[in-house]
Amino acid sequence: MGNETVLAISGLTKKYGSIKAIDDISFCVSSGNIIGLLGPNGAGKTTTINMVLGILEPTQGLIEIFGKNLREHRSTISKDINFVAVYAHMPANLTVRQNLYIFGLLYKVRNLKERITSLLHEFDLEGFADTKAGLLSSGESSRLNLAKALMNHPRLLLLDEPTASLDPSMSQLIRQRIKEYAEETKAAILWTSHNMQEIEDVCDHVLFLSHGRILLSGNPKILPSEHGKRDLEELFITVAREPLSFEQ
Amino acid sequence: MSYTRIYAIFLRQLFLLKSNPTRLSSIFLALIVNIFQWGFISKFLGSLGESTFSFITVILGAIILWEFLSRTQQGIMRGFLEDIWTQNFINYFASPLEIREYLGGLVLTSIAISMAGFGIMVPIAGLAFGYNIFRIGLLLLPFMFILFVFGIAMGIFVSALIFRLGPSGEWLGWPLPLVLSIFSGVYYPISTLPAALQVVAELMPPCYVFESIRSILSTGTFSQDLLMNLLIGAGLSLIYLLVVYKFFITIYRHNLKSGAIARFNAEAL
Repeated sequence: MGNETVLAISGLTKKYGSIKAIDDISFCVSSGNIIGLLGPNGAGKTTTINMVLGILEPTQGLIEIFGKNLREHRSTISKDINFVAVYAHMPANLTVRQNLYIFGLLYKVRNLKERITSLLHEFDLEGFADTKAGLLSSGESSRLNLAKALMNHPRLLLLDEPTASLDPSMSQLIRQRIKEYAEETKAAILWTSHNMQEIEDVCDHVLFLSHGRILLSGNPKILPSEHGKRDLEELFITVAREPLSFEQ
Repeated sequence: MSYTRIYAIFLRQLFLLKSNPTRLSSIFLALIVNIFQWGFISKFLGSLGESTFSFITVILGAIILWEFLSRTQQGIMRGFLEDIWTQNFINYFASPLEIREYLGGLVLTSIAISMAGFGIMVPIAGLAFGYNIFRIGLLLLPFMFILFVFGIAMGIFVSALIFRLGPSGEWLGWPLPLVLSIFSGVYYPISTLPAALQVVAELMPPCYVFESIRSILSTGTFSQDLLMNLLIGAGLSLIYLLVVYKFFITIYRHNLKSGAIARFNAEAL
């Protein structure tokens, strides 16, 4: 466990009219930790990630990243954050190299050309460097998204279903690479997924969200047995179908 | 404010233009057609009777400058639409990019597009119709400044509308220059308009440019009235730019609250 708190969320609430998408949640992510954000569709995982990315304004609550208030220092903080989301693709009409170059400029990556060459090699994209992103397969596209996400050496990485729609082999490769990155750099990672095996494999800690509230949290390896369940998947299904049984 | 990030936004648009020649043709084809069409119409009108009025001088000059303004507006709107079509806002606005840097990049794109358009129109008008826009002299610079600033204001305004209304808002953006040309005195003096519309025309910065050009070409002199025209035109343009910038920021903040930036598509709005 790392010591430095990278992300601190307190009393976070997001309302759309009278509907509470996120209801007063609080949690921290420290450097070197991989935290899993779990929950059924509509639980509020993506809403939470979007607020941490600064592209959705909370109704209430505080998000502090690297000890700074996100609302007041978004641009400065964003230099050390990056993300992969299943719904956010690189512009399809630019090539892989052009995309990496543009985002490298946006994040002001030093020695950009060398960094791009190294990322292309690392993610096995050298053969696709001059291919338009829209022509890539799901696996290649995921590798490009991850290359972009790691290009600024983020200290906080937000992953919203990064392996969705990938075959098991590709998922395993991506998982492996992210785990290595967290170990090498001590980056903090917030990870959402519906693949419970994946979560058990990579996360140090999980938070179960339902109807915008955190119902459970703990170590994914021991949390199921604490609640009389065989594994994380069974616990997930129970949380999704009977959230009231976990209300405190 | 980072010039590197402004350059990144500009470079993205440049990559798009370079990678697909159809984008270039869609930008410049209409402009070339307009020069030829109005050039021939002016030539024909000039051949009627014993007119002492040079239609080519007045009409072609107006067309070149109006197209310059239209390309400026479309340079911003097209760049903005490219990011909508590729659903790129989440990538941009989750990065350190600030909204003013994003707009700065679009303005840089529009400078490149409008100057390229101008650079194409001027030699065509010269070679095909013997028209030289530089005969207006150094006054061309303030005229172009007023039109450029107003074109940027129009581009940001339309982009803000699209940002608020969703991608379908682009259908308001394409015909906007055509609608404003009615009140801007591009092809005729604003005294031709009914009195009520003349009031609207006086709020349009381009009207001061085109009225001035007609006056210079007919009298051959630069008067104090023209100086006042230029000052009013420039002042109005800058005011519009400031107002639409604030409008764009307001829409951006609204979208930050509504979540529209993260899921910007036609169905979400």
